[in-house]
Amino acid sequence: MSSIAEVQSRSAIPLSELRPGSRRRVVDIVARVFVWFAFVAALVPLVLLLYFVTSKGLPYLTGPFLTHSMALVPPNRAGGGIYHAIVGTLEQVLIATLIAVPLGLLTAIYLSEYGRGALRTAIRFFVDVMTGVPSIIAGIFIYTFWVVGTGHGFSGFAGAMALAVLMLPIVVRSSEEMLLLVPAELREASFALGIARWKTVLSIVLPTASAGIITGVMLAVARVTGETAPLLVTVFDNPYINNDPFHAPQSAMSLFVYNQAESAYAPAINRAWAGAFTLIAVVVILNIGARLLARRNRLIR
Amino acid sequence: MSVQRRRSTRRIDAVFAISARAAGIALLGILAAIAIFLIWHAIPAFGKDQANFWTSKEWSPDGTHRYGIVAIAAGTLISSAVALVIAVPIALGVALFITEYAPKRIARPLSYVSDMLAGIPSVVFGLWGALVLVKHLVGVEKFLNTAFGWIPLFSAPKSNFEAPIGSLFATSVVLAIMILPIIAAISREVFRQVDPANKEAALALGATKFEMVRTAVLPPSRSGIVAAIMLGLGRALGETIAVALVLGTSFIVQPHILQPGGTTIAANIALSFGEAGSFGLPALIASGLVLFAITLVVNLIARTVIYRAGKVERAAVA
Repeated sequence: MSSIAEVQSRSAIPLSELRPGSRRRVVDIVARVFVWFAFVAALVPLVLLLYFVTSKGLPYLTGPFLTHSMALVPPNRAGGGIYHAIVGTLEQVLIATLIAVPLGLLTAIYLSEYGRGALRTAIRFFVDVMTGVPSIIAGIFIYTFWVVGTGHGFSGFAGAMALAVLMLPIVVRSSEEMLLLVPAELREASFALGIARWKTVLSIVLPTASAGIITGVMLAVARVTGETAPLLVTVFDNPYINNDPFHAPQSAMSLFVYNQAESAYAPAINRAWAGAFTLIAVVVILNIGARLLARRNRLIR
Repeated sequence: MSVQRRRSTRRIDAVFAISARAAGIALLGILAAIAIFLIWHAIPAFGKDQANFWTSKEWSPDGTHRYGIVAIAAGTLISSAVALVIAVPIALGVALFITEYAPKRIARPLSYVSDMLAGIPSVVFGLWGALVLVKHLVGVEKFLNTAFGWIPLFSAPKSNFEAPIGSLFATSVVLAIMILPIIAAISREVFRQVDPANKEAALALGATKFEMVRTAVLPPSRSGIVAAIMLGLGRALGETIAVALVLGTSFIVQPHILQPGGTTIAANIALSFGEAGSFGLPALIASGLVLFAITLVVNLIARTVIYRAGKVERAAVA
């Protein structure tokens, strides 16, 4: 591919061969300028965002910030921290992963190994549609179904279910893609040795695709770790440390940032920036981890 | 292999196949359950409403019990439409830059970076948008008003720009920044699927780079681009927290996007949920149902376009 790209860039008609001022030359130059402009225009806000979050958040990211909760800290006072929110996020995301990964992986196995006909097409199509469900809708769904529907009230577990709804389609899509990349010859060789289908799937196909599947799961985890809207209506937030994800409201890192940002007081705003920095750091680390793992993926390269 | 063992193996095989199938059906079930639970809990809202839910611009469920979808739906549609107008040209430019124009050495790291930026949590965009960007947009808003103020969309009184405000325009800019990486990433993958032979053919005929893009890259990518735009639109329509932080809850239809006022369905749910009472909650859920329906239609269109276009593009649109 690289050679083709090189040939292309060299074989495009050089501007010098076009008459200066000719329409074709002007249009080509305008297009070139626009494309570079677009690139810069897209990059500038994101660089600025990272700059602001780092410069405003990092100074407040201290040891006490990471090890204290917001219990009894009024919004107009400095102090307090994000510990209770880290606990909440860890528990909620872990439970969401425990729900979404088995279900999503099984669905992906169905789609790539067993499914045929209309049901497979329907599941594929609606999994794709599900990726577009707004996250607040996933939250409202769990609110109606679990928080008030079954009367369990707000809890970390309710939030985890909402996050699982958002993770599921991502896990299914990425896992299915990886499973389809496993060469058919591997399956056939296994069948030829008289190995049952389920065993072939579990001991040949899944391990071969495992690096890619884990990458997909990590990207899904990174995505839901930053979700705020669904947690607002399911977990609700709580300034105190609540280690129990199944009872009473919890906090979450994203909720922490949101609630501190809603305040008009400077100390709260500082906490919001520090929380945002922590949140971005976690998400970026998850993303980088996923990409590093993807490099080891033999199926892609 | 003994007969007994073969039989048990076959049984495990059947159980495994059935559970995989059940998982797939469960997924369809979840999507159906979302619709059912939203409808079920939204129904009381229509009956309790002292105004007409579909035509009223008011939103005071717990006060006067008069509420309607019009104001919040208008804010949702206006902010998303403006966000698309800003984001789409830039996103397509970025995708073309990465696939066709950028030196190869920086193209690859760039696509990594843009993928990673797509993962920045929306609450962070909201925080930055509300506390930093809104202030700096005042100049842009002033300029738009002076240059295009004769268009109602950009009209505003002079006093409008004395203090930074969370306008629909500012919201749209934040939304545009958020959906840009998504639209760019999908279009980038779509452009990558273009057969190099076509591009070479165009170049061999003496096309300039832009003519090559216009004749060989864009036409076969059309459905992929449409899908990318629709998926970006879906994101913008449903974005909650960033909008909630930039805009407040002001229930008016605000067609003048530089002036304060207006809110979106999703942001209103986030902002009003905490204090909502026995009228407010069903009303919010009803508005959520409307949002769900709108995004579902947008997504169905996007997916249908992709499925019609065929396998290659489904792979591209992750």
